[in-house]
Amino acid sequence: MESGSSSSSSKVLMENIVDQPHVLAVDDNVIDRKLVEKLLQNSSCRVTTAENGPRALEFLGLGDHRHNALEGNVSKVNLIITDYCMPGMTGYDLLKKIKESSVMKEVPVVIMSSENVPTRINKCLEEGAQMFMIKPLKQSDIKRLRCHLMNSRS
Amino acid sequence: MAYLVQLQKQFDDYRASLFNEGFLDDQFEQLQQLQDESNPDFVVEVVSLFFQDSERLLNELATSLDQQNTDYRKVDAHVHQLKGSSSSIGAQRVQRVCIAFRNFCEEQNTEGCLKCLQQVKHEYTLVKNKLETLFKVSN
Repeated sequence: MESGSSSSSSKVLMENIVDQPHVLAVDDNVIDRKLVEKLLQNSSCRVTTAENGPRALEFLGLGDHRHNALEGNVSKVNLIITDYCMPGMTGYDLLKKIKESSVMKEVPVVIMSSENVPTRINKCLEEGAQMFMIKPLKQSDIKRLRCHLMNSRS
Repeated sequence: MAYLVQLQKQFDDYRASLFNEGFLDDQFEQLQQLQDESNPDFVVEVVSLFFQDSERLLNELATSLDQQNTDYRKVDAHVHQLKGSSSSIGAQRVQRVCIAFRNFCEEQNTEGCLKCLQQVKHEYTLVKNKLETLFKVSN
């Protein structure tokens, strides 16, 4: 039963990923937010940005004022890409919260960081991050990201 | 006609010099490649954001380092932001000073931090002037 429901939600995600994925991009740096937004838009993604973890969770319906899961938050977002170093709630903390949510845990999460720290990378991948990317991001990184997402769904 | 060709060459040479002298790196090229008809002012917009954000950070840094008991974690957080932004737009020399700056923060070395603040202000002013010139000439 579980594999049946996950394969149908995978199919929905796959279709959305192929067409125009909706991406939630989280970063406390205003320049990086603008940059990642443009990179994603240039790759035919619809983008919503958030400047911190709590705001991202609010948008996903996982915030303090929880929305009814039936309001369709699952279909809201196909990918979450977040900076690691953010004050308060880090990208890692945000990743954990997403993976703890029965509603959001299937959504791939990508972590970005300007610092190449192997222990940090491993920690994120072990917690379920789909990919870890080093900043500053380039167009080729987004291409690679889309390929990776499509491959991991098949 | 020859005059226009000459102007174009001057612009190209000026632009090349910014890369040769290390003011800008490949990331700035990446920004220019992102610009398209749907967003023809993208580079100017990002760079303007960088100017605004950097000026804010430099003020915060001056204030933080002027305290009796400097909160080095706060200073480091601001430098980290500046390092990130400068790296994202390709302002290489600013980014490099930030790296040294962060090391002094870790050591809680006030003198080192103050020197870096002066240096980063200097490098920021230089790259700001150069980018403003570049945009003026290209329009």
